Amino acid sequence: MGEKKKKIIKTIRVDVDKCNGCRACEVICSAFHAEPKYSSNNPARSRVRVIRHPLRDIYVPVYAGEYTPAECMGRDRYTIDGKEYEECAFCRAACPSRDVFKEPDSGLPLKCDMCESDPDLESPMCVQWCLNDALVYETREEELEEDPAARQQEVEVGLEALANKYGLQKVMDAVARMSKKDG
Amino acid sequence: MRYAETGFNLEIDLSRGNIERVENDPAETELYLGGLGTNAKIMWDRVPPEIDAFSPDNLLIFSAGLLCGTPAVGCNRTIVTTISPQTGLLAFSMMGGFWAPELKYAGYDKVILRGKSPDPVYLYIHNDKVEIRDASHLRGKGSNETADILRREVKDSNAQVAAIGMAGENRVFFASIEQGRSSASRAGIGAVMGDKGLKAIVVRGTRDINVARPAEYMQLCNEVLQYIKKREDNPIPGVMPILAGLGSPQEMKIHDEKWHTENFMWGNSRVRRKDFWTEDIAKEWTRTLETARTRLISCYNCPMKCGGTISIPGLPTYLMKCFSKLTYTMAAFSNLDFGLKIAQRATEYGVDGFSAPQVMAFALELYENGILTDGDMPELPSDNEGRFYYLLDKIVRREGIGDVLANGTYWAAKEIGKGAEEYAHNNIKKIEQLPLKLSMLNPIYFLMYCTGEKINITQIEGQFPQMPFPAREQREEFVKDWIQVPDDRFKQYLLDWEPRGENSMPFYPTVPMCCDIVDWQEKMHYIDDALGMCAGLSSFPLKPPYHIHNYPKFISSGAGIDMDEAKLSRAAKRYRTLVRAINIRRGMRREDERPPENHWKKRFPELEKELLDTYYRFKGWNEQGIPTRESLEELSLDYVGEDFEKRGVLAGNGDSPAPGAPAGEAKE
Ligand code: SF4
Ligand code: SF4
Ligand code: SF4
Repeated sequence: MGEKKKKIIKTIRVDVDKCNGCRACEVICSAFHAEPKYSSNNPARSRVRVIRHPLRDIYVPVYAGEYTPAECMGRDRYTIDGKEYEECAFCRAACPSRDVFKEPDSGLPLKCDMCESDPDLESPMCVQWCLNDALVYETREEELEEDPAARQQEVEVGLEALANKYGLQKVMDAVARMSKKDG
Repeated sequence: MRYAETGFNLEIDLSRGNIERVENDPAETELYLGGLGTNAKIMWDRVPPEIDAFSPDNLLIFSAGLLCGTPAVGCNRTIVTTISPQTGLLAFSMMGGFWAPELKYAGYDKVILRGKSPDPVYLYIHNDKVEIRDASHLRGKGSNETADILRREVKDSNAQVAAIGMAGENRVFFASIEQGRSSASRAGIGAVMGDKGLKAIVVRGTRDINVARPAEYMQLCNEVLQYIKKREDNPIPGVMPILAGLGSPQEMKIHDEKWHTENFMWGNSRVRRKDFWTEDIAKEWTRTLETARTRLISCYNCPMKCGGTISIPGLPTYLMKCFSKLTYTMAAFSNLDFGLKIAQRATEYGVDGFSAPQVMAFALELYENGILTDGDMPELPSDNEGRFYYLLDKIVRREGIGDVLANGTYWAAKEIGKGAEEYAHNNIKKIEQLPLKLSMLNPIYFLMYCTGEKINITQIEGQFPQMPFPAREQREEFVKDWIQVPDDRFKQYLLDWEPRGENSMPFYPTVPMCCDIVDWQEKMHYIDDALGMCAGLSSFPLKPPYHIHNYPKFISSGAGIDMDEAKLSRAAKRYRTLVRAINIRRGMRREDERPPENHWKKRFPELEKELLDTYYRFKGWNEQGIPTRESLEELSLDYVGEDFEKRGVLAGNGDSPAPGAPAGEAKE
């Protein structure tokens, strides 16, 4: 067990009523995370996705959360303000049943990292580019237990996704090849 | 590696059902940039003047602009290019929205369509997968309806759909191509799409778009974003509200329509209602818009919110922008409620919101004056609103008199005869114009109306204030941070421009100054149309974030093409001249270049002649408006000069007649 620590929790408050559906958040998120930085952009790689149904007046920016290896059993539908939302519309998971929040070529899961960078940004890129204040950056302090296992878990999630896509043997071969190169 | 562009076009032969992915030539990008520029080159090379709009050999090109799909804010235009059935000349309407960036992400710069499909089809593009698919189940469906069905069919709510409605299917000469929030409307390009049997293009892409020098490019994008913020917080004082900010005119946002309703003409561009805007009407119209409009919406990667979601109880939801808010209302002498309702149907049918209401008002004027009779209009309703719905339905189906009206006021008047031509009084080059009738000649606008080849004033005007500021201090204040001017002399033009006295219109700005100003205005529009930039952030508003000084940097660091102001200006002049060459080769001459006879009450024939003569010379055109051999060679357009020579265009000095029959004459 880790010790108790004060930690800054970063959150983005989403006001869907203010969203104009422009997808600037998707553009800049994918550009910021390109290698090298800003060298390309591709909304399909963005870690925020705007669920849009213009003719039903639905605009919901959703942030990529955890990877989940299995899809949900039941799929629910929601009616809010007389509008019915599609199954999975708000779900933040990269899951086997859909392409959302996965790299288009590798299928690796994507997760919003709050634009983690050194030095820290003043605010995340998607917030900076949303001039309509649909996305507002907020921080708060919380006491938290450090969990050194969390990092390791993230690595495993990525490997698992690759294994699901290409088969475990291929991934192991690739790792073996890479370690040879490094050595 | 290609930057900003993908380097590939799709070549689709609809007659043979053939699909090819073809690499395009980077050398052409350097010369013609992209978007409209490279479209014009393709049209020149492949569509000779003998080909009319409804020939299978006419091309229909959907092009993304050079910088579409990069993070450049507001760069999302699709430039559609073809030969217009209405004018017989080049049509190059554009649409905003989301389509062009999606095409880029799918891996293509252009979709070039030729031939005709015998049965209705739609094109489905998903990265490498490109298919021509059956669309018989979509026949007669509305444009939004079609988009909705197709998104479900391809199981992808992120697919972008450009579709025609019934008007396009029936080759109405002012049919549009609709794309939800936006449309490419002018000059009947929807009719060409319908003629080709193409109901829609569905596109979805998940590929990267690269830029050449990332850090530099992003810095420029951020500067634009900061500037937009600053301009939004500091509207320009001393001009009317819709000209004070950025974006397309903010018709969905503002309620105060005093200026439009009292200065633009009602009916068939006839009646000015000087005391129309009362407090009661303001209240009623505000309520109407507030109730119907559920959200303000933007195009791809733009914060400006020029569009609105319109939901009227009992009608399907649709998306609206700009001045179509008032065109139906004013043409029918009705109210905003009617305007918003009929626009819903017109959007599904897919018609141009400028031309369609005027064609209907024109028909009703003919009816009131006994030129069209009850025999032509069986069961015509008695109220104006009812009549508009009646006519709209007839036109898009080409039923009865609708078949004649569907060719627009110019051709309809010719066919109807009996003096109907007098009533088709608001056209330039055969296309219906904004309903404006003014008192005294404005020399700047005179040149724009005459020579604008998009044949729509909003697509050439901009940047320079429409009117002089009354006080010198105001002018001094205005020019202080006017960084957009290509040269400081433009500031001086404005500083010395007075509402009255020696330095006032029509003799000031002087003829050479007018040429200089109009050339700058037009140049910026042409650059936008090649890069895919929204005019609302560039060529149209006062003090926009994009201008001649930062554009070269965007192109260099974005597309990796070495660019400076001189080279960019030359490129723009090159494809601008090529657009003119295409039209000249199709018969356009000086006599076609004039505003509607009654646009201004007070005209100055001598001054007008001098303006046009001087402007033609300034542009490198002869007295017929034909680019001279010398000026063509200067722009490396020698091949145009050779073609002119072969066809006797330059030698004959322009007596080849403008096309005399509408494209529909060759109806099967
Ligand atoms: S940038 Fe803001 S307004 Fe635009 S889609 Fe994203 S959340 Fe909505
Ligand atoms: S916070 Fe950063 S990583 Fe997360 S969605 Fe926004 S831009 Fe992307
Ligand atoms: S300024 Fe308006 S019309 Fe232009 S891209 Fe932005 S939202 Fe669209």
